Amino acid sequence: METKIRVENLNFYYGNNRALTNINMEIYRNKITAFIGPSGCGKSTFLRTINRMNEFIENTRVEGKVLIDDEDIYSKKVDPVELRRRVGMVFQRPNPFPKTIYENIVYGLKKNGVKNKEVLDEVVDTTLKSVALYEEVKDKIHKSALELSGGQQQRLCIARAIAMQPDVILFDEPTSALDPISTMKIEELLLELKNDYTIIIVTHSMQQAARISDYTAFFLNGELIEIDETNKIFSNPRDKRTEDYITGRFG
Amino acid sequence: MNKILFESKSKMQKNERVINKTLTILGMVSIFTTIGIILSLTEETIQFFRSVSIIEFFTSRKWTPMFEPANYGVLPLVMGTFLIVIFSSIISIPIGLGSAIYLSEYAPKKVRKILKPVLEILAGIPSIVYGYFALTSITPLIRSIFPSASVFNALSAGIAVGIMTIPMVSSLSEDAMMAVPDSLRLGAYALGSTKFEVSTKIVVPAAFSGIAASFILSISRAIGETMIVAMAAGSTPKLTLNPLESIQTMTGYIVQISLGDVPAGSIGYKTIFAVGTLLFAITLILNIISRNIVKKYRRAY
Ligand SMILES: Nc1ncnc2c1ncn2[C@@H]1O[C@H](COP(=O)(O)OP(=O)(O)OP(=O)(O)O)[C@@H](O)[C@H]1O
Ligand SMILES: [Mg+2]
Repeated sequence: METKIRVENLNFYYGNNRALTNINMEIYRNKITAFIGPSGCGKSTFLRTINRMNEFIENTRVEGKVLIDDEDIYSKKVDPVELRRRVGMVFQRPNPFPKTIYENIVYGLKKNGVKNKEVLDEVVDTTLKSVALYEEVKDKIHKSALELSGGQQQRLCIARAIAMQPDVILFDEPTSALDPISTMKIEELLLELKNDYTIIIVTHSMQQAARISDYTAFFLNGELIEIDETNKIFSNPRDKRTEDYITGRFG
Repeated sequence: MNKILFESKSKMQKNERVINKTLTILGMVSIFTTIGIILSLTEETIQFFRSVSIIEFFTSRKWTPMFEPANYGVLPLVMGTFLIVIFSSIISIPIGLGSAIYLSEYAPKKVRKILKPVLEILAGIPSIVYGYFALTSITPLIRSIFPSASVFNALSAGIAVGIMTIPMVSSLSEDAMMAVPDSLRLGAYALGSTKFEVSTKIVVPAAFSGIAASFILSISRAIGETMIVAMAAGSTPKLTLNPLESIQTMTGYIVQISLGDVPAGSIGYKTIFAVGTLLFAITLILNIISRNIVKKYRRAY
């Protein structure tokens, strides 16, 4: 088991409010790690420290280290734009660009200077197939992405992230706006994707975490309470607070 | 209790009816005014085309209705207007769009808070002031660079019209760009985009309908602008593409004749209605194009 991401003594502040307190954890390559915890405990904030998306929120500050492949992503040498090409993100609400399905997928590649049409066509086909969207949309690849259903849009957003060939993909409650069938499709997809990527998923659904993740981290009030193999967390948590939360006795 | 409620309800319904009627009447007034304008234009225009053939109007290359031999080719005036539109657009579209991108995507909140009202004030300056500015500042500058330029020329007036319409382009484009949801920007950033890429590849295309509408509106303004061209562009109808020469636009011609002592009912008098109708038709077409663009690329997000 290989460590992909190591977080050391991480604190995060919105203005003077500390949202994350002294987080330390390791995330393994080709595994799915789920973040669970009550609303407002800092899961999304923590997720965004891994691709530095918090920098778009004014007046915020990070302390500590996030190492990806042993390189501190907060060191001066790291360009956050480069970093985000390696660490993709899928948001809670599907946010396809108001462009065609094709343009959505090739956006990142084109931007990076890939112009060869055959290469781009190939990427569109393979990524659509790998998110199991190909059969559904093959006849309207050059139509607006906004004509897709919510679940299809979310899979397109995943395709868009995969097309960049990142190492890590962060998912912030990717199925919370979707129906059960779309949710199931995305869960199946994540299980496929972990062969090629390191995946972190924030979820409010304990069942979802149990179904798909290899590791589960439980957060409370900006602190990491515990992280362990998912079956241990759900069958035999070490911390009383984790047990209370997963058994629904929380609060 | 019930009775009071019932009464107050019927009173409200009555108020509602009065408001409804008043608004209908006001709406009618504006429709009838428009129809009135069209009618007053058409009557004299029809009379004009009894004496001058439409073919001559659109194909003759000379516009000399007041001289002998009189020529009634409107092309020189159209060309004059065209030159003003070209040069004003060269100024207003890039600068207006650039400042809209800056204001919407780059400017810190504080800067935007100051700049936006300043731009809007700029939009309220009467065009005669821009006319002065063209004559006293832009023209001398042009003539110092191109000594061959006439005192009155299309370039100077075009630049002044362009400056005048910058705030319109920038303000409307900025509104359209501000309406693009942040989720799209964040989605693009998460794919490793720079700010410039987010602005040009995501926000501008997403706001395209509003931006295009602002361009067309600024072109309409340039076509209709009268004071600046009357002051700075000259009054020499000429079929030329050289912006350094004195020209005349459709609007410039209409003011010149309206202010002169052409007897009502004469053919010279009727020319301004024919030109006016053409002007009206061109702006109407632009409006229709703009509506179609807005409809076709309506904010889809
Ligand atoms: N943009 C922001 N500005 C200021 N404070 C914020 C901002 N975003 C989040 N916070 C605060 O940081 C804390 C953690 O929020 P965060 O969104 O990370 O929680 P979460 O665990 O993702 O919650 P949820 O499950 O509801 O998504 C909360 O107290 C929240 O109020
Ligand atoms: Mg969250």
